[in-house]
Amino acid sequence: MKKIMSGNEAIAYGAYLAGIKVGAGYPGTPSTEILENFARYPGIYAEWSVNEKVALDVGVGAAYTGARALVTMKHVGLNVAADSLFYVAYTGMKGSLVIINADDPSMHSSQNEQDNRHYARFAKVPMLEPADAEEARRFVKYAVELSEAFDTPVIIRTTTRLAHSKTVVQQEEAPAPPPASAEPAAYERNPAKYVMVPANARQRHPVVEERLKKLAAFAETAPFNCLEDGDSALGIITSGVVYQYAREVFPSATFLKLGMVYPLPAGLIRELARRVKQVVVIEELDPFIEEQVRLLGIPARGKDIFPNLYEFSPGRIRKCAAEAGLISPGEKKNVSIPALPARPPMLCPGCGHRGVFYALQRLRTATFGDIGCYTLGAAPPLGALHTCGCMGASIGVVHGVDQVGVKDRTVAVIGDSTFFHSGLAPLINVFYNRGTSTVIVLDNRVTAMTGHQPHPGSGKTLMGEEAPLISVEEVARGIGFKKVDVVNPYDFKNVVETIKEHIKSGEPSVIVARHPCVLSTRERYAPYTVNLKACNECGNCLRIGCSPICKVEGGVAIDASLCIGCGFCAAVCNQNAITQAVI
Amino acid sequence: MKKKIDFLFAGVGGQGTILASDILAEVGLRCGYDVKKSEVHGMSQRGGAVESHVRWGEKVYSPLIEEGSADYLLGFEMLEAARWPHFLAPGATALVNRYRIMPPAVNLGQARYPEEKEIEDTLSQAGARMVWIEGAAKARELGSPAVAGVVLLGALSNYLAEPVEVWQTVIEEMVPPKFKELNVKAFEAGREMTVKSK
Repeated sequence: MKKIMSGNEAIAYGAYLAGIKVGAGYPGTPSTEILENFARYPGIYAEWSVNEKVALDVGVGAAYTGARALVTMKHVGLNVAADSLFYVAYTGMKGSLVIINADDPSMHSSQNEQDNRHYARFAKVPMLEPADAEEARRFVKYAVELSEAFDTPVIIRTTTRLAHSKTVVQQEEAPAPPPASAEPAAYERNPAKYVMVPANARQRHPVVEERLKKLAAFAETAPFNCLEDGDSALGIITSGVVYQYAREVFPSATFLKLGMVYPLPAGLIRELARRVKQVVVIEELDPFIEEQVRLLGIPARGKDIFPNLYEFSPGRIRKCAAEAGLISPGEKKNVSIPALPARPPMLCPGCGHRGVFYALQRLRTATFGDIGCYTLGAAPPLGALHTCGCMGASIGVVHGVDQVGVKDRTVAVIGDSTFFHSGLAPLINVFYNRGTSTVIVLDNRVTAMTGHQPHPGSGKTLMGEEAPLISVEEVARGIGFKKVDVVNPYDFKNVVETIKEHIKSGEPSVIVARHPCVLSTRERYAPYTVNLKACNECGNCLRIGCSPICKVEGGVAIDASLCIGCGFCAAVCNQNAITQAVI
Repeated sequence: MKKKIDFLFAGVGGQGTILASDILAEVGLRCGYDVKKSEVHGMSQRGGAVESHVRWGEKVYSPLIEEGSADYLLGFEMLEAARWPHFLAPGATALVNRYRIMPPAVNLGQARYPEEKEIEDTLSQAGARMVWIEGAAKARELGSPAVAGVVLLGALSNYLAEPVEVWQTVIEEMVPPKFKELNVKAFEAGREMTVKSK
């Protein structure tokens, strides 16, 4: 039987088929759906950990105990988890550990387009890269086998186009449940392997180097590295979804399709070079494969033809190849693309974050931001967020600004999920180091940006169980913060007054702006309408950046089909020209 | 069975392009095609522009359609449809929902929303046959703006050789159970719109 699945769904399915028992991760586009789907299979345990590093340690613990474990994250998540990747690369594990790393070329939903293939070489662990969902399903099993055979964590690298593209996937019979073990699970002690003090680590490093050599030898005959015969003019080395694009542009070339992008099969690469006149490497982002091919003494071309910026597509590969003379330029079609107004993402109608950002805009604060839906507070017309770097950065950054002596109207804003991810340590840092910053936690009770995953402040787990709800304000008070307030972001006057008072107070403080994500709760009330006679065209309601509100002749209009009836526009209208429709 | 058919969906986050393109991919699979589909989730869903690629073929490699080769454009929103003339194959058909969602710059009075005629010209200069679909109006009439996408699928189905029963079965299976009847009605209404222009 066949089914259409996304790369992420197929990885979850493959993990289930491969007997993986424990899955952990932190939501991050384009990796999120892997764990959401995995959690639905029987006989497994899955959790949203508070961050990627914790998730990886959870996976390590499960694997140390002998289980098959899966850990999922987006590319920048592996930065957070890198410390753990490097120790488990040395220790290996008793069971198996598969890490899914989702890169995001073109930065569809990310702050950078780092090429995480470097992590494989950096940490000296193997990395697989499937080219479609069917391969994604099968590669999880390969990864488990490699992990167990070579005593190493294995990374599977996906990209946005693999993760979110759907292709046909072969369905297998559900695996038989393993026979119930007579003995309870126990942890087997082996400190020489698992306690990475210098004396032990020095013993492990040669093991890691030896393992890498064995993996490289295995790569020569591994089922996922394939030499595909073609004509002798051009030999293309590629991997992942880029293989699919290249196949369309070069239907008759000879291909070396790499399913394992680290370590590389030197023998296969030399064999390809023997067969063809010119070797070309087609890879998104960095010249990761190309440089290693050149180190073999093969004059491969690559980044001089196919740039290191943004994701590829069949059209882009064809254009670059034609410019380099690899193929003849096709007929040029003259189609003009009109200049049209852009449609960037915006805070949703009814979003509780809007109230806080509008208040910050009016108060002209310097606002140090973080990663989440609320990063959209930077977009016009709000334009009320002035930095955004990575998860949890806001609080450390505002403290640094504070210590230079900028005390006037500086605040950090951080979402609830981001706060639990990496906001706690910098919040303690502010308090311990006698900072005076104001930290606003935008608490909408879910990890909203990635599609409403639960977190420690949601009261629910990934498995759908009730969970203790951890209160941000109690955490802040527990640290020792004296000035802690909770506000409703729709209560505009109170929001403004509270922020004003906090930034003037000269003491470290926390404001929790709490309103559940309306997209998540599907909260909806009667839409608002505008009385044009009362409207004086001051433009306040347009400055809140709510998409149903539109400029019209003599005032504004509200699109009733998009308005969810939150009433924030009415709260900022000085003329009482906006009222709720009576149904 | 055709060698390949490429479909490009363009709309605004929240309009249901993902479900509609999932339905189309499933219809292709059940009719014996190899099928691939691609779109981007995440940031783009917050009211931003969204596109989805669906490809049917004997053997499909790339999940992305190449410029100049889309056989059908399904525009869920007028302005979004007008962004893609360079993707259309000569003789392509563009089915465009007559529905406007104003982008932020237009709301603020800083940019102009294009006229219908401009959108027609943009798509027809690329060699496409442009067909307006009253999807939004019909969906409102049926009581749910959310089914405009399925109206578009109904309109599309007349151009394709695949049996109508397959479409109906797939729609019934893939939409939430309580909206099954509504979606089947929406599909039928879409079919009626293009039955003659086929």
